[in-house]
This record gives sequence, structure tokens and C-alpha cells, in this order.
Amino acid sequence: MTVTTARPAATALDVGGRVRDGRLDPDVIRRDFPMLATKVHGKPLVYLDSAATSQRPQVVLDAMDAYYREFGANIHRGIYEAGERATAEYEAARATVARFINAPDAHELIFTRNATEAINLVAYSWGRRNINRGDAIVLTEMEHHANLVPWQLLAQERDGDLEFIPITDDGRLRLDVFEVLLRLKPKLVAFTHVSNTLGTINPVAEMTRAAHAAGALVLVDGAQAVPHIPVDVQAIGCDFYVFSGHKMLGPTGSGGLWARRELLEAMPPFMAGGDMIREVHLRRSEWNDVPWKFEAGTPDIAAGIGLGAAAEYLMALGMDRVRDHEQELLTYALVALGREHPDVVLYGPMDAGLRSGVIPFTIPGVHAHDVAQVLDASGLAVRAGHHCTMPLHERLDVPATARASFNVYTTTADIDALLAGIGEVKRIFGS
Amino acid sequence: MDDLYRDYILEHYRRPHNFGVIEGPTVTQEGSNPLCGDRLTLQLRLADGVVAGVGFTGRGCAISQASASLLTDEIKGKPVASAAGMSGQDVLDLLGIEISPARMKCAMLSLETLQGALGSGNGQGSAEAAAPEPVAAEEPAR
Repeated sequence: MTVTTARPAATALDVGGRVRDGRLDPDVIRRDFPMLATKVHGKPLVYLDSAATSQRPQVVLDAMDAYYREFGANIHRGIYEAGERATAEYEAARATVARFINAPDAHELIFTRNATEAINLVAYSWGRRNINRGDAIVLTEMEHHANLVPWQLLAQERDGDLEFIPITDDGRLRLDVFEVLLRLKPKLVAFTHVSNTLGTINPVAEMTRAAHAAGALVLVDGAQAVPHIPVDVQAIGCDFYVFSGHKMLGPTGSGGLWARRELLEAMPPFMAGGDMIREVHLRRSEWNDVPWKFEAGTPDIAAGIGLGAAAEYLMALGMDRVRDHEQELLTYALVALGREHPDVVLYGPMDAGLRSGVIPFTIPGVHAHDVAQVLDASGLAVRAGHHCTMPLHERLDVPATARASFNVYTTTADIDALLAGIGEVKRIFGS
Repeated sequence: MDDLYRDYILEHYRRPHNFGVIEGPTVTQEGSNPLCGDRLTLQLRLADGVVAGVGFTGRGCAISQASASLLTDEIKGKPVASAAGMSGQDVLDLLGIEISPARMKCAMLSLETLQGALGSGNGQGSAEAAAPEPVAAEEPAR
């Protein structure tokens, strides 16, 4: 099978006024996002739940719409114009997303539905071949359930052991304990690049070097990193890197697994069916080349194309500038919260240089769900609950937190609205 | 907003009625909404076919706590059969506020725990919540 990966004349986004004097202008960027112009309860939406899912710019919506309207054929099959275009666009999106994380080879990038599916793929395909009785897998206390439960299942099935790097009270990994855990000679170390709950940015390159020195492979969960900081899988040096598209301005149902080619070639397929095979006989089959070996069945073609458009949009803005923008917002928010609401409890590192645009908080005497409900009445969308990190909330000894999270379109006015909203919560609850 | 957090709801949240452990409970039942972190321990003293004593401990949001406060008030001194017959609609009527689908499991936690304690009902109102299991009396959660 021949697959075209050359991008048909990529149209670079005209950055226009979105970047001014080397800095993002979120007031201009906002206009790209139709959802941000909507109202809730008659009030303009203040969207502070981007860590759950981000909004999508018009270019992403247009790219997906074009597939359905103009070249809605299946990929890797049709010997006709639309089928060839669909294949070219889908594979071009793969190349773009590979470039976005600086993967050395686009064929090392497998499209998945999300980070969860990517981790399950590794646990099933690599894990069942490589984890045996007594083998250790090292995780951390701050993992999203997506990077915890698949390893629990694997450890149960293969009789492996799970070990956990604890966190400090301000939400950083205990690297001293990690050193000790590495003496167990784990087969795999899997950790998040950026904590979805605390925003902590982990020293992934340093941790990868240490894990490799101990003979372990490394999986990095980048779901909360790719939207917020420059990611370079070669500089990190990890073996597997997973992410979701819908948190990085892309569509739901898109995501990826990057892994070194030799690992992918040695791994058996995850799901079986069409597209992942080279030859099929009644009693045996031969697998396709990577990455298609891991992409059974017709994928979400529009989502893959949309993810490519999202990666292009972010690269046009510049991930360094995205990071700078969020650091400014974080600093503004942390200072303002401390000044105006000193009673509000904040979690995670207080140094904006160590964290991404996520602020978990609690208001004494008010449950996080009540916080979110009152904020909703003012048009503010925040997350309330355990954010799929129940063990981390146990560690923090709090049943639930409210969480405000940012993206490229977040403004200081959004933060000001949050400050006012918290004031309203306190007024209603008299706290 | 003030429609949901009416004064009497907040009052039941801040100073819940029947909050605490009771003397000589005949049934102790725990309920929780793990997804919210709401937790409730309900104690009943059943005697001569009536709910002679009722108390609850735990923590949770305003809706779950107010609902427990109102429900325990409602069943106190009532025949066990009528306590066992309480429905989701009865609890919504007690609350007297509009409950959105996302908050329904908060509102129904106390009822489900009561139903678990009395072996009645079918956990209506929140199919997602884990069925509460009877446990021996233990330390209150707060």
C-alpha cells in the first residue's frame, strides 16, 4: 500500500493581530472561537474549563466540515479523486501533528481516540508481552485515572507490581523517592507531563534519563502538556508519548500515541480488522506497517484532519508564546486570588514557573459543586469534583475541588469574572 | 441562583437537623456519591414499627446535606412503612427547589441511604450511585 504523506501546500495561518509584540492577544484570538461568543443564563460565557476540554477555532471546524462536504470518502482505499484527497489530508494531518511534538518520523505517530485509548494500547499491546510476574511499573500519585487504571488491569492480569512516586504538599513529585523506586528495576515508568489537577509541570526529561539508566521504558502522559507548553519528544527522550486532541483545540475523538519505531514494530496489534492488515487468509493474516497496524477499521477521519488543523493553529501562534501567555495569566490569577480572597485555599505549586494554567481551589465551608453551581449562574464554567484523580484528592485530604483552567483565549477579564464569582459564592453562603 | 440556594436550604446546610450520632441505633447505613465526595452515615432506631430516632453524619454539598436534614425531619416518629415508602418525588417536594440532572444524585443521596437501611426502594433518582451497603456503626465522617 502506498500512502501519500506529502502535505498538499499547507496553508499557514495568517497570524494577523493574534500575536502583537511577540505576545498573544487573547482578545483577538477569542474571535476565532464561536463557542466563546455564546451566552449562558443570558450572560456571556466565561469558559474556565479548558483542562476538561478546550474550545475549537473556526479553522478546525472548517477543516472538518470540508472533509464531510467536499471529500468525504474513506481513506487508504478509493482509487478516485475524493478518496485520494481524504487519504492525503489525513496523512498530512499526521505529519503536522508529528511535527507539533517534534517526532522524528510521522509514521511513529498512531492516531487514537484520545490519550486514554493510547495508554490502553500500550498497556495491552506492549504490556502483555513485557510485564511478567513480579515486574514493577512505577507511576505517580498525581496520575489521571487514564494513566492508572489500565496499569492496574495489566498488573492484575500479569501479576505485576505497581509502585507510586509520592508528591510533596505543594504538589511536586518526590524525585528522591523516585530514585529509590528505580532500584526495583521497573520495566516501565509512566507519569504525567503536566498534572491535570494541580498544573504541576514535571521534569520529564530528567525523570526519563533516570528511568532509562535503571533499565525502564518511559511513557509520558502529555494530555495536559500539548495544549500549554512546547513539547519535543526527542528532547524528552521518552519511549511512549500520549495525548488527546480535544484539549489542544482539536475535536473530541482525536488523539495520538507516539512511540519509537522499533517498539511499535515489535508490538502486536491492539485491535484487529480492516486497514491494519497487509494480507488476510482464512486462518492467518499479516500486519500492515506502522502506524496503520494499530489503526484498525475506518478511523474518525474528520477528527484526524481537525487535529492537524489545531496543531497548525497552535504552531502558528507559537507554543513558546502560548506558554508565556498562560504564565502571565497564572501569575495574575494567583496574586489576585491571594489578595482578594485570602481565605480561598489553593493547591499545587505557587510558583507560576512550575505550573501550567490550572488552578484548583476550595472555599472553606462550601462544597465544590455548590461553588460551580453559583459560578454557573454568572456564566462561568469551571470544573468541580475530583477531576479523575481520586487518589490525588485523597492525598490532599479534600473530597472535591473546583478548578479553573486556561487556554490561549483566556483573558485577565475572565480571571476578574472568577474573582467576582467567588465573591458571590461567599455572599450566598455567608462564608 | 438564589432560586436554588434559598434561605431555608442554606439554613439546613449550615445547621442541619438531626445531625449527629444517636443512642442505641438499630440500623446504621452508609451512603456515598464517590464522584462528588459526598458521604453520609444514617442511623435509625426502629421501635414498635416507628422511626423512634434518626441521626446522620457526613459531609457533602448544600443540596445533599439539606436533603438529609429535611428527610430525617420528615421520617422522625413516622411508621417505618411510610419512611420506607418515601419516593424521589417526596424528597424533591421537601427540597422545594428545581434540581438539575447533574445535581440529582446529590439530592437523592439521603433517600438512597434510607432505602438501603430499610431494604426498600430501588435506588431511584440516581442509577449511577453505588448501592449503599449496610455496615456496622462506626465513627462519623466529620
